[in-house]
Amino acid sequence: MTEKKAAPAAPTRASAKKELPEHFKDYKHVWVFIELERDEVHSVSWELLGEGRKLADTLKVDLCAVVMGPPGEGLEKAVRESWGYGADVTYVVADPILADYRTQSYTEGLETLINTHKPEIILLGATTLGRDLAGSLATTLKTGLTADCTGLEIDDGSLAATRPTFGGTLLCTIYTLNFRPQMATVRPRVMAMPDFTEGRSGKRIDFPLNIKENDIITKVLEFIPDTTSDKVNLAYADIVVAGGMGLGSAANFQHVMDLARVLGADYGGSRPTVQKGWIPAERQIGQTGKTIRPKLYIAAGISGAIQHRVGVEGADMILAINSDPNAPIFEFAHYGIVGDATQILPALTKAFEQRLSKMRKAG
Amino acid sequence: MHIVVCIKQVPDSAQIRVHPVTNTIMRQGVPTIINPYDLFALEEALRVRDRFGGKVTVLTMGPPMAEDSLRKALGYGVDAAVLLTDRAFAGSDTLATSFALATAIEKLHQEDPVHIVFTGKQTIDGDTAQVGPGIAQRLKLQQLTYVSAIRDVDSAGKSITVERRAEGGTQVLKTTLPCLITMLEGTNTLRRGSMDDVFRAVRSEVRTWSARDAGVEDITKCGLRGSPTVVKKVFAPQPRMEKAQQIDALGKSPAEIADETINMLFTASNQLGDDILKLTEAI
Amino acid sequence: MAEKFDVIVVGAGMAGNAAAYTLAKAGVNVLQIERGEYAGSKNVQGGILYAQAVEALIPEFRESAPLERHIIEQRIWVLNDKSYIGTHFRSDNFNEERPNRYTLVRAQFDKWLNGEVKKAGATVITETTVLELLKDETGKVNGVRCDRENGEVRADCVILCDGVNALVGSRSGVRKEINSKEVALAVKEMHFLPRDVINERFNIQESEGVVIEILGTVTEGMLGTGFIYTNGESLSVGIGVIVSDLMKNRINPSTLLEKMKSHPSVAPLLKGSEVKEYSAHLLPEGGYDSVPELSGNGWMVCGDSAHLLNAIHREGSNMALTSGRLAAETYLELRDKGQPINAENLKKYNQKLENSFVLKDLKKYRRMPHIMLENKQFVTMYPDLLAGAAETLLRVDGVDKKTKEKKITKDFRSARGIFGLVGDAFKLVRAWR
Ligand SMILES: Cc1cc2nc3c(=O)[nH]c(=O)nc-3n(C[C@H](O)[C@H](O)[C@H](O)COP(=O)(O)OP(=O)(O)OC[C@H]3O[C@@H](n4cnc5c(N)ncnc54)[C@H](O)[C@@H]3O)c2cc1C
Ligand SMILES: Cc1cc2nc3c(=O)[nH]c(=O)nc-3n(C[C@H](O)[C@H](O)[C@H](O)COP(=O)(O)OP(=O)(O)OC[C@H]3O[C@@H](n4cnc5c(N)ncnc54)[C@H](O)[C@@H]3O)c2cc1C
Ligand SMILES: Nc1ncnc2c1ncn2[C@@H]1O[C@H](COP(=O)(O)O)[C@@H](O)[C@H]1O
Repeated sequence: MTEKKAAPAAPTRASAKKELPEHFKDYKHVWVFIELERDEVHSVSWELLGEGRKLADTLKVDLCAVVMGPPGEGLEKAVRESWGYGADVTYVVADPILADYRTQSYTEGLETLINTHKPEIILLGATTLGRDLAGSLATTLKTGLTADCTGLEIDDGSLAATRPTFGGTLLCTIYTLNFRPQMATVRPRVMAMPDFTEGRSGKRIDFPLNIKENDIITKVLEFIPDTTSDKVNLAYADIVVAGGMGLGSAANFQHVMDLARVLGADYGGSRPTVQKGWIPAERQIGQTGKTIRPKLYIAAGISGAIQHRVGVEGADMILAINSDPNAPIFEFAHYGIVGDATQILPALTKAFEQRLSKMRKAG
Repeated sequence: MHIVVCIKQVPDSAQIRVHPVTNTIMRQGVPTIINPYDLFALEEALRVRDRFGGKVTVLTMGPPMAEDSLRKALGYGVDAAVLLTDRAFAGSDTLATSFALATAIEKLHQEDPVHIVFTGKQTIDGDTAQVGPGIAQRLKLQQLTYVSAIRDVDSAGKSITVERRAEGGTQVLKTTLPCLITMLEGTNTLRRGSMDDVFRAVRSEVRTWSARDAGVEDITKCGLRGSPTVVKKVFAPQPRMEKAQQIDALGKSPAEIADETINMLFTASNQLGDDILKLTEAI
Repeated sequence: MAEKFDVIVVGAGMAGNAAAYTLAKAGVNVLQIERGEYAGSKNVQGGILYAQAVEALIPEFRESAPLERHIIEQRIWVLNDKSYIGTHFRSDNFNEERPNRYTLVRAQFDKWLNGEVKKAGATVITETTVLELLKDETGKVNGVRCDRENGEVRADCVILCDGVNALVGSRSGVRKEINSKEVALAVKEMHFLPRDVINERFNIQESEGVVIEILGTVTEGMLGTGFIYTNGESLSVGIGVIVSDLMKNRINPSTLLEKMKSHPSVAPLLKGSEVKEYSAHLLPEGGYDSVPELSGNGWMVCGDSAHLLNAIHREGSNMALTSGRLAAETYLELRDKGQPINAENLKKYNQKLENSFVLKDLKKYRRMPHIMLENKQFVTMYPDLLAGAAETLLRVDGVDKKTKEKKITKDFRSARGIFGLVGDAFKLVRAWR
């Protein structure tokens, strides 16, 4: 029934008119939840600080980071970095219980913090952790949450969160007018990484977690880290070469991998190539796969359907190879080659190889 | 053990079209399907039942025609089905949806205590992954999202051990029942019901509950009125202003085209060469 | 214990729905088994529905059936590579209260009709494929076996409405396999356009519709035709060619469809449309001589499965609906008289078909498939000749009309020879008689 929401604003919706209740009026500042796991911060949190900065500046309020985790150098480093990436204030909830992510401890901890310090906006990464936490938190706070946003803006003092809808064929802009905080999640790489300012510092506010291990029902028996071989770092690769159905066969995907190897790039593909089993699921690029932001994206034999497009639009430069001059990909690629990818790719691989070896020799 | 699976009937998004002029959704003739992610939840629920005994009830909130999805689920071997349908639910966002579903599950729980609630990872229309956690919080169930495998359910139906997909690895979690599980895609393969299941699917009763039947007391928590989010605008993505600059390929060999392409890329970005050299250094 | 019904109907297309509806309405305990996800999910039809055949089942069907447009204009186009020559017939008489022909989208129509079948009381199961007929020790068909665990179901009578492939019958040894000369392969696309654009391009109003039948060089010398039908917010665009010709020429029908779509007379009608639902389907076009045994000990066969299709007039759905209804009525008569469901008694079904338009029409065009198959000039040479003739006549270039007529006659003669021409005319007339 949620699909109904895609209809243009229904005038009957009581919340459609802005009438912020009195008790929400003192909710202020933009918060970003910093996702810290096993001493590492997920880059999406920094991307969100970059985006949060713009919102906070428009609203003329503080940008705040929330760092939760076990006490230790990992946490301290995250706090320092949060300032470097732009936070004015950082709330710190340090407790050994937070060593592993669990819905209950994180939800309760963050909920208390929010009820005490009252932010007007809170942003989280749309990762497995972020989505789990955001969904649970929005329910306990009884407020609105917009998932997987691709654009965040301030409109007349409210958060206007834009996200794809109907399988990505359309976009919609969603508001939470009469409830606070306004919550949104954003997928990794959708927003650009902000600059890091070395030595920038901010205010630190420590906040206790009043939960005992015995109160937490779910126990972590074990954590099995992904082996390096299944780690696909596609989302963060500087150069990505991808193939689509236009390659014609799984065997032809070798051309994509060859070019990727020569360029030191990562490789991926469109959804049907994953469904066909040509490449593993982690390598799918697009709305239901990875969002990428490389410096160079080479798409071979990919038509450029909207669901694919939303995953690659953040690339600095897109080169498309497609045999159909009318393929939609040419509408958002920067450079286009009309031709057979199975011939162009090997030629490119060879030409790059020669060019690069010349450059290496030249030093 | 009583297991409830929440499934949603969704338009097959692969077949949705947008009116080229008015930019509105053309729904006519778009077939509906069970949200594909929910099928993994459905199958896992059936497996738990087959291993540890009990019964599976499917629950959906939607228009009357969502009954088709429930009958389909019965054909896979589910034991009972409940359709939650009422005009009051129209226009629900995820908060209002989880309220309605949680209320209905509470009612099912009173009839026959519920041990596990399954939902899909997310829907392909709403795409939020929020309804599962929403139900868990409202019913104070242990929330286990992105579960990839169920290792064990203890015989007394008191605790469960699962594998959960987390960032960078797999968590093995043990918790007490009742709990809510959102099932990760690709973790199992949906069975085909037997002929008996299929006959049962056409013959069994699908219980249809209005908001009142489900035990909703405060109707303002449902539908449009119970939804804090407001959709103000729906629009088509803007095409980029200029089209791709085409590399002239006419009558040229692939090698010539490749050379020209590299020249063009290197001219466009004078850093590209260095970047590639850096990236390939390690190799 | 296997389930037992009075009658099992295999398939939920036009024929199966007509049979199951008629039986259920009369209180028969009927089971309908469909292989698709729902009735209509696998069915392809360019989409002309002839009202009479539905009216015979559900007189007030217009009130609830999902119909796209009623047809007020029929065009027949003969294409060569650059032009078309054709006839258009349009009449306001077709804007009648109970129109005779409609365009429709099968997926929706079949689903609706199957809904009526369920309402009438039939048990309908889907996503279940019938593999073969079951027989008792005397050889009488007494059930079917499906592709599910515990897949046997029993019944006194089985009505096969499983469409053109007719696999259930051939696998069970009650008919021979279909032959590539008897079937055409049709490919079809749905081209979505806003309603007002369609109205404008075809010069029609709200629910009025146009049909274009296309012959000529688009089939590259093979036997076949193309079509464009106007639906509410889409065009059905397709082309069908005899399979043996496709195999001989090693041509993929989608290539032909692409060619037809880019023809200068066709392309402007489709411009800017969004293409969805590419589908391919066989059509039984062998005519009367390809009709198999229609009934036997405990079974009857209807619709495409019985090869009941008139390729010349593109009538299939009405024959399927009618044959399904007649099969059901045959069963009902036997039941009412308390007669056994055996080969002898089921012959009544064959008689009913002989007495109806179904077999009468197929008999009338009996020779057509053979003539067309053996005389490719109808689709190879004539389109160019006709277009050339029209162009010669219409181009005002200072040449007098008499000379022009002479040139046309000469072109026809040199291409086909006088005997050929007369022979062709004769063959066509004979086939049509
Ligand atoms: C809910 C939903 C989510 C989706 N999510 C995603 C997603 O995350 N990612 C994604 O990619 N898709 C996604 N899709 C699918 C998407 O709509 C498209 O179907 C898909 O991207 C098409 O993949 P493709 O371009 O590889 O294949 P096709 O559309 O088949 O295109 C192949 C292209 O190759 C060209 N070509 C053919 N031969 C050659 C040749 N020899 N050389 C060069 N070019 C050639 C053709 O001209 C054509 O443009 C999603 C769809 C839905 C409904
Ligand atoms: C492109 C095209 C255009 C056409 N245009 C027209 C037209 O304009 N007008 C017209 O009157 N006719 C037209 N026809 C012909 C018409 O569609 C058919 O004659 C008609 O659909 C036949 O109905 P049927 O019930 O015999 O077969 P179908 O409609 O094919 O139904 C057979 C059903 O049986 C099911 N089935 C098959 N095997 C099994 C099995 N083993 N177990 C269970 N279920 C099974 C199938 O899924 C299907 O639902 C067209 C056909 C095509 C292909
Ligand atoms: N209307 C509904 N009825 C039943 N279950 C639903 C409904 N909406 C969502 N769900 C369940 O919640 C999950 C997440 O949905 P969503 O938050 O919309 O992505 C789905 O996979 C379903 O299992």
